[in-house]
Amino acid sequence: MKKLSALMGATALVACGTAALADGHEGERGRDGQLNIIYWQAPSTLNPYLSGGTKEVESASLVLESLGRFTDTGELVPWLAADIPTVENGGVSADLTSITWTLQDGVMWSDGTPLTANDAVFTWQYCTAEGGGCAQASYFDGVESVEAVDDQTIKITFDSPKPFPYTALVGAESPIIQAAQFADCLGAAAPTCVDANFGPIGTGPFVVTDFKANDVVQFSANENFRVDGQPAFETVLFKGGGDAASAARSVLETGEFDYAWNLQIDPTVLSDMESAGIGTVVTAFGTSVERLHLNQTNPSADLGDLRATEEGGPHPFLTNRTIGQAMSMAIDRGLLVEIGYGAGGQATCNVLPAPAVYASTANDACLTQDMAGAIALLDDAGIVDTDGDGIREFEGTPLVVSYQTSTNAVRQDAQALIKQWWSEIGIQADLRNIDASVFFGGDPASPDTFQKFFADVEMYTNNFAGVDPEAYMANWACSEWPSPESQWQGSNMQRFCDPAYDALIDDLASTAGIEARAEIVKQMNDMLMQSYSIIPLVHRGGVSAHANTLGGVKISDWDSELWNIAEWYRTGE
Amino acid sequence: MTDTSPAPGAAPSIDARDDAVARNQWWDVWDQFKTHKGAVMGACFFIFIVLAVYVGPWIWSIDPTYIDVRARNQGPTWAHPFGTDQLGRDMLARMMAGGQTSISVGLTAMGLALFLGTLVGVLAGYFKRIDGILMRLTDLFLALPLLPLLLVMVMLFRQPLSASFGPETGIFILIVIAIGITSWMPTARIVRGDVLALKEREFVLAARSIGTRPGKMILRHVLPNVMSPIMVSATLGIATAIITESALSFLGLGFPPDFPTWGRLLFDATDFMQQHPQRVMWPGLAISLTVLSVNYMGDGLRDALDPRIRGL
Amino acid sequence: MLTYTIRRLLTAIPTLIFISLIIFLLLDMAPGDPTAQLPLTIPPEVREQIRQSLGLGEPVHIRYLLWLKQMVWSEPVYYLSQSVDWISAPDEARLISWQTRAPVMDTILERLPQTLMVVGLAYVVGVLIALPIGIISAYKQYSVFDQAGTFVSMIGFSIPPFFSGVLMIILFTVMMPNDSFWWFPSIYDTTLVIDSWENFGKQVRQMVLPVMVLALQTTAQISRFMRASMLDNLNQDYVRTARAKGMTESVVVMKHVLRNSMIPVVTVIALGIPAIFGGAIITEQIFKVNGIGQLLIVSIQASDVPMVQTLTFIFAILIVFFNLIADILYGILDPRIRYD
Repeated sequence: MKKLSALMGATALVACGTAALADGHEGERGRDGQLNIIYWQAPSTLNPYLSGGTKEVESASLVLESLGRFTDTGELVPWLAADIPTVENGGVSADLTSITWTLQDGVMWSDGTPLTANDAVFTWQYCTAEGGGCAQASYFDGVESVEAVDDQTIKITFDSPKPFPYTALVGAESPIIQAAQFADCLGAAAPTCVDANFGPIGTGPFVVTDFKANDVVQFSANENFRVDGQPAFETVLFKGGGDAASAARSVLETGEFDYAWNLQIDPTVLSDMESAGIGTVVTAFGTSVERLHLNQTNPSADLGDLRATEEGGPHPFLTNRTIGQAMSMAIDRGLLVEIGYGAGGQATCNVLPAPAVYASTANDACLTQDMAGAIALLDDAGIVDTDGDGIREFEGTPLVVSYQTSTNAVRQDAQALIKQWWSEIGIQADLRNIDASVFFGGDPASPDTFQKFFADVEMYTNNFAGVDPEAYMANWACSEWPSPESQWQGSNMQRFCDPAYDALIDDLASTAGIEARAEIVKQMNDMLMQSYSIIPLVHRGGVSAHANTLGGVKISDWDSELWNIAEWYRTGE
Repeated sequence: MTDTSPAPGAAPSIDARDDAVARNQWWDVWDQFKTHKGAVMGACFFIFIVLAVYVGPWIWSIDPTYIDVRARNQGPTWAHPFGTDQLGRDMLARMMAGGQTSISVGLTAMGLALFLGTLVGVLAGYFKRIDGILMRLTDLFLALPLLPLLLVMVMLFRQPLSASFGPETGIFILIVIAIGITSWMPTARIVRGDVLALKEREFVLAARSIGTRPGKMILRHVLPNVMSPIMVSATLGIATAIITESALSFLGLGFPPDFPTWGRLLFDATDFMQQHPQRVMWPGLAISLTVLSVNYMGDGLRDALDPRIRGL
Repeated sequence: MLTYTIRRLLTAIPTLIFISLIIFLLLDMAPGDPTAQLPLTIPPEVREQIRQSLGLGEPVHIRYLLWLKQMVWSEPVYYLSQSVDWISAPDEARLISWQTRAPVMDTILERLPQTLMVVGLAYVVGVLIALPIGIISAYKQYSVFDQAGTFVSMIGFSIPPFFSGVLMIILFTVMMPNDSFWWFPSIYDTTLVIDSWENFGKQVRQMVLPVMVLALQTTAQISRFMRASMLDNLNQDYVRTARAKGMTESVVVMKHVLRNSMIPVVTVIALGIPAIFGGAIITEQIFKVNGIGQLLIVSIQASDVPMVQTLTFIFAILIVFFNLIADILYGILDPRIRYD
C-alpha cells in the first residue's frame, strides 16, 4: 500500500507504454516492491488440477510452470524444457507415438531441491489417479505412460499416433507439481492436502506466502528462481472478488491496483475510464468465438420426452439452410462489436478464426450486413408472410424462434439487437436469459441447460485451449449429440450431423504436417459454416488493463495471461 | 340496522339523527385523510405516476424496445426528452413501460407479503396453541437461502404457469409469489410481538369478558391497533419488491431481458453513472418518489384510521 | 420464564434438524452444478469424474446424513481436539467445500472477522442513529426535522446498495483527490493486520464507505418503525395520566412511552442481528470486503452445496436463537406478556 502514493506521482511521468522500454528495467530481484493484481473472480485453490477455472489456473501460474508455454503470438516456446521436441530434431518419434522432453539444467524448486523428471512422472500419476477428479485429465488423454529416462529426460508415450503431441505438461493448465509435496495426495486423498493445494511449491518466479480461499493470495519473489534479476517485484498481492466494472475502475481511475483481468464491460465506459490517463487497456485474441447455434432438432414442448432429440425429428424450419443464411446475413457483426466488445472483439465469419494458419476466408461475405439480400433470399425461396402478421411462414409454420443465452449485460444487448434485425426480415425472436450457473451447469434435471437446448437458438462463447484445433473440430461429430441416453452430455450442441464431416475428423487424426492439417481444418470449418447450423458473431479477446507504471506486460490468450510475469517491472519513478 | 325504515309519523329530528348514524364511518376516515396535507400530496403524486405510466404510452407512442443505433447514449433532446440508452432505445418510453411492471409487481407483491405476514402474525400472537408451530415456520422461511429457493421455484413452476396463463401473466404471477412468500416473515414477527402485548391490554380483556368471539375481536380490536407497523412494512415492502424484482430479472429468473422495469433500468445504468448521470437519475427518482408517496399515504391512512386522532 | 426458555431451547433442536433437511433438499433440487463455472474446454467425461470425486454419486439421504454427522459431530470434535489435549482429532474426514476442496469451517472462520467488523459496525451505527431520529420525529410529528428525516430515510431505503455503493466510490475515491482527507479506499484490504495506530487508521478508513452504505439502510428501516410505534403510544391514555400526575416530559417520553414502543423495534433489531452474520451480499461484493455474504453468493453461484448448506444452517441457528431472545425481551419490556 505504501507503493500507492509513489505510484500516483509516477503516472504523470509516463505518457505511454513505448516510453517504458527506455527505462532501465534490469536490476536485482525484488527491486520494484509490490505488484497489485485484481481478478474479479477470486481463486478458490492454487492447485489447477483440482479446479480447472481460469482464475485458479492463472493465479497458480505465478508459481507452477510447465515444460513449454505459448507466448502472446501463440508460439510454443521451451520453458522448463531445454528445447521443443519435433520430428526433425528427433524429439518426437517418426510414428508420432512418443515425445521426449529434456529439462533445462539447474532448475530448482522454491524449497531449494532440484526439479527432476520424476516430478513430471508424478504429475501424470497425480492427474490420472482413480477418484481424484482431476480437472485437467483431458490433457493426458491418449497418454499411455510417462517415464523418466534419466533425471533430466521425460518420455511420454501415446496409445496411438498423436500428430500434435504438445498437450501433456505444456501450457498453464497442466504444470508440473512437486512429487515430494503431493506424494500423499493421490486420488481420493487430494482434498486432505489443504496446505499443499493452497500453497504449492513451484519453480516459478513467486512463492505463496498466504492464501485466503476466494479472497486474496500473497506471493513473494522466489529466491531460487533460475533467472538472475527476475522477478522485479518483491511481493504480489492477488486480490479477488467484486465485479468487472469496479476492477477496471481500481486500475484505470483510482490507481489502487496495477493489473485487472477480464474487463468485459461496455466499451464506451471502459474507454472513458482509460482516458483518465492512469492505465492502459490491453487485449489478446485466442480462439474464443461468440456464436449462435440453430437447433437442428425439434425443441417443441409438445414433444415431451422427445424434445430436442433425434427421435423428436428435425426442426420444422431451422434445418433449411436458406433461413439460416438469411438470419446470418441480417446481422451487423461490426455493430455488435462496437456496442458490446470494443477493442475486445472482431467480427468473424468462422467458428475457427485462429491461429491464422487455420482461418478460412471462404465465408467473409457475412462481415457486411445485407438486409436486402436476406429479404430477397427468403422471398425467392418462397418463404413469405402469407397471413399478413409480419412474420414469414415456412410450409405453414411461422418463423418464430425462442432465443436463449446466459445472463450477461453484453449478451442481453446483443439479443435485443439481433431480435430487431430478425424482425426486419420477418422472423420473430422471443428472448430468454438464464443464470450462467444453470445454463452452463449441465444438471440433467434442469430444462434450461445449453446442452439440452430446449430452444430454437442459443448464444454463447466457446474456444479451445492451446493451439491445435483437432479435438475442438471433433465436437461436431454425429456421435457427439447430447441426448437423454448420455445424460445430455455431448458437445455437438446444435445437433449437426454430416457423414462427410465425420470422415474429415478421421483424416485429421491421422495427418501430420501443419499445412496438410490446416487444409482439412479449413474444409471442416467451411462445411459447418455453410450448413448455417452455427452462426459465428464475434471473435472475442481477453481484455485486461494495467497501470501505465507497469512495464513488460504481454498478455496471451493461448496460455495464462500472466505467463511472463517474471519479466514485469515498474517503469519510471 | 340502518335498513330499518323509520316508523311512519316519526319526528323529523329523529330522521336527521338516523342519517348521522347511517353515515358510513369511511366518510369520517376520508374527512380525516383529507386534512392530512402530506397524505393528499402523496396520493396526488401517486395517481400522477400511475396515470403517467399507464396513460402515458398512448401519448408518447415510441416502442420501448425499438433500437435506433444512430441515436444511442444521447442526452435529453426534443426527440428523446429523457435521452436514450446504450442501444438507442427511448428512455421515456422505457420508464413508462418499466413503471407499469414495477408498480404492479411492487403493489401486488407487497400486498401478498403483508397479507401473509399479518395473518401469520395475528394468529400466532393471538392463539397460543399455534404460536409455536407458526413461529418455527417463520424461522424456517427466514433461514431458507433466497437464491436457490427462487431457482427451484422457477425450474418447477415456470413452464406450467406460462402454459396456463400465457408467458407474461405466468411470469408475473411467479415473480409476485416469489417475492411475496420470501418477504412476509419480518411483518409476521413484528405483528405477533405487538399482538402479544395488545392481548393483555385492558380493553381487550374487557371485550373478552363480554364474550366477544375471537374473529370479531381480531378484526375489531386487535387489527386496528397494529396498523402502524403494518403501514411501515407496507411502505418499505414496496421498495423491497421493486428492487427484488430487478434482481430476479437480472439473474434471468424474471421477465425476459428486453422487458424494462425501473429496478432493471437503474441497475443497467449504474455502470454509466459518470458518463450519463441522467440515466440513473430517472429510475432512481421514480422508485424513491413512489415509495415516498406511498409512505405519506400510509401515514395519513394510519392517522385517519385511529379513532383517537379522528375524534379530536 | 426460565422453564419457557428451557422448553424453547429443547424444541429448537428438532426444529433446526428439520430446517437443515429442508435446506438440503432444496439445494439438492436446485438446478446448477459444481462444474458449471469451469471453462467449456473441459470435456464432459472429465466433469463427470469431478462430480464423482465430490461424492455426488451417493443417494441424497446418505449425503444428508453424512453432512449432519460431520456438522454436529466431526467438526465440533475437531475444534475441541485443537484446544484440548486429551481429545484426539476425529478419524472421519472433515466437511470439505467443493469449490476450495478445503474444510468449510476454516474458510468461514477466516471470513467471519471481516463481516462482523464491517456489517456489525454498520448495524450498531445504524441503530444508534435510528433510535433518536425515530423518537424525535415522533415527538415532534410533522416538524421540519420529522419531514426531513422521513424524506432522507425513504430515499435511503429505496436506493439499493448496488447504486449507492458505486455512487460512494465515484464521489469519495474517483473524484476526490488522492491526498485529500476525504479520500477513502474503494477496495477493502483483507490482509491488513492491525498492529499499530497507523494500520488502525487504515482499517477505519477502509471501513468508512461500506459502513456508510449499510448504515443508511438500517437507519432508514429502524427509524421508521421507531417513529410509528412511538406515535401509537404518545396518544395513549396512560401518557395523559402520567402528564397529569406532573411527571416531567423527559420521564414521560423516555421512560413510559419509549419502553412501551420498543416491542416492534426489538423485533426488527433482533431479526437484523442474524443478518449481520449472513453478511451483506451486494455491499461486500462492491467494496470487496470478502466476508460471509460474498462467500455465500460465490458458493451459490458455484453450486458448492456443503458450503451453502453449512452457512445457511449457521444462519438458521442464529435466527432461532435471536428470535428466542426477542421473545424473552418482550416479557421484560411488558411484564403482562406471559408465555407459561
